[in-house]
Amino acid sequence: MPAVTTRLPDGRWNALEIAFWLIPVACFFLLPNYRVLGSQILITALFAVSLDLILGYAGIVSLGHAAFFGIGAYTAGLLAVHGWHEPISGLVAAALVATVAGYLVSFLVVRGGDLTRLMVTLGIGLMLWEAANKASSITGGVDGLSGVTISPILGWWKFDIGGQTAYLYALVVVFIVFLLIRRLVDSPFGLSLRGIREGGKRMPAIGAPVARRLRTIFTLAAGVAGIAGALLAQTTQFVGIDTLGFPRSAELMIMLVLGGTGRLYGGLVGAAIFMIAQDYLSGINPVYWQFWIGLFLVVIVLFAHGGLLGGLDALRARLRKREA
Amino acid sequence: MIGNIVGVVFDGLAYGSLLFIIAVGLSVTLGLMNFINLAHGAFAMVGGYVSVLMMTRLGAPFLLTLPVAFIVAALVGVALERTLYQRLYRSSHLDQVLFSIGLVFMSIAIATYFFGASQQPVTLPGYLRGQVHVLGIDFGVYRMFLIFVVAALTFALQYVIERTRFGSQVRASVDNATAAAGLGINVNRVFALTFALGSGLAGLGGGLGIDVLGLDPTFPLKYIVYFLLVVSVGGTGTIKGPLIAALILGVFDVAGKYYLPEIGGFVIYALMVVLLIVFPAGLYGRRT
Repeated sequence: MPAVTTRLPDGRWNALEIAFWLIPVACFFLLPNYRVLGSQILITALFAVSLDLILGYAGIVSLGHAAFFGIGAYTAGLLAVHGWHEPISGLVAAALVATVAGYLVSFLVVRGGDLTRLMVTLGIGLMLWEAANKASSITGGVDGLSGVTISPILGWWKFDIGGQTAYLYALVVVFIVFLLIRRLVDSPFGLSLRGIREGGKRMPAIGAPVARRLRTIFTLAAGVAGIAGALLAQTTQFVGIDTLGFPRSAELMIMLVLGGTGRLYGGLVGAAIFMIAQDYLSGINPVYWQFWIGLFLVVIVLFAHGGLLGGLDALRARLRKREA
Repeated sequence: MIGNIVGVVFDGLAYGSLLFIIAVGLSVTLGLMNFINLAHGAFAMVGGYVSVLMMTRLGAPFLLTLPVAFIVAALVGVALERTLYQRLYRSSHLDQVLFSIGLVFMSIAIATYFFGASQQPVTLPGYLRGQVHVLGIDFGVYRMFLIFVVAALTFALQYVIERTRFGSQVRASVDNATAAAGLGINVNRVFALTFALGSGLAGLGGGLGIDVLGLDPTFPLKYIVYFLLVVSVGGTGTIKGPLIAALILGVFDVAGKYYLPEIGGFVIYALMVVLLIVFPAGLYGRRT
């Protein structure tokens, strides 16, 4: 169970949060060679936060979230390939398509228990992968969709090889969307989601429409995942079929658990650490990587419940108790 | 034309019965302990590799390797259950999913390390190869053998569950573990034995299925979707539900791949989603 917070969220920014968001800005200037990795981390971090909305806050175990990421990516990519090169409108279009898809799927997800939901989300993800694979004339199949050319943002900032524009574009979009999510999560709606996660059977007693809330958050999370996918397509100018696949959904879940579910910054921290570690250790034999990731997951679940941020919270609580 | 349909249905039944024998353990443990175990395919893989090892290193006959695969997989299952799984019975489903995914990754890495990443070949004994010609249609001998073995195992399972004391203890624990414990049933022992039985059957299925499903280190990931499909569509905690679900899904998967090869695996996933919408608790599941 996640730690019980002593204060209700009130939306105020504290110093740690401001410091956190200064880091990517600093990295832009201090680590110019890592801008491409940096924009990848930002995009994946947003994707992880979208999963946290349904997993950490609403308690829906989904193994197919990459489907919406892929839908967003392919929408933005296909728009660009077929002549619509404007990035911001492409982003909005991708978000809309992913949101609609999420809305349609949300009706299936609120029925049944955990196993049913797991299977439905997994099934939808796999179906979409198979569809994208078979429709290779449109999607490029396993080879991916290339030739995604994007015109300069707002007519001024061109996408360059160094990844400068891509990084800042990703940072601005991620920050804006994060602000919106933060506002949502710290609202009564967000609190009701936590209530549903902790005791879904009791929520109707206080008048909260459980199914409708779950559908809403699922739809919104799908939209955010779509935005992340579109960002990926636009910044890398390529859409691979792995954006839809099960390994991506599973990896995302690992990142989220690493950082800590049910916390706004858990997904961001987890994604950053995971991708930096993966980049650093990418030379290692993939068999060893898989073994250690597996062992790591087992250890986290058994001992380090709540991920990195959960561990930090527990540490802080213990220090506070010692002072008292 | 009729011959084609009969052949496809027969192949589908054989494939489905193989899925059933591996997945039945998952169904019972899921219904019993409410534990979503995505690593169930790993026990089948253990059985498969035991069978291959015995045949290649010890030169043992194929049929002898099957009971050994059952026993080894059961032992591995009970060891893991007592040490690791037991701690997570009260955890959230998310934790169980993550834990079992971690186990799957580890098992794939271990299998790749010891056996290499390629498919394991199996040489079936001569009397199990070839085909029989009945009423103008060819039936594969090995598939007939599969259906026969699984049918026999199903009857044996049904007998154990319905007619033995252990079976009634399992049924009581599935229905209400607290009340069962209150009646003096050693629920922990029931859990351990059931888990062992389920893993053993999975191992047996893994050994039986090397020829039909193939065996390589990615086996647990490749097929876990099918096993979960069988369990979620059939409903947890019963034997009849997954049996019907496995046969239906087996037939539809083979028929889909045969008649509509452009769509292929899509058929089975779409069928699963449709069935889960109509029966959210599974075909024979209990409504929670």
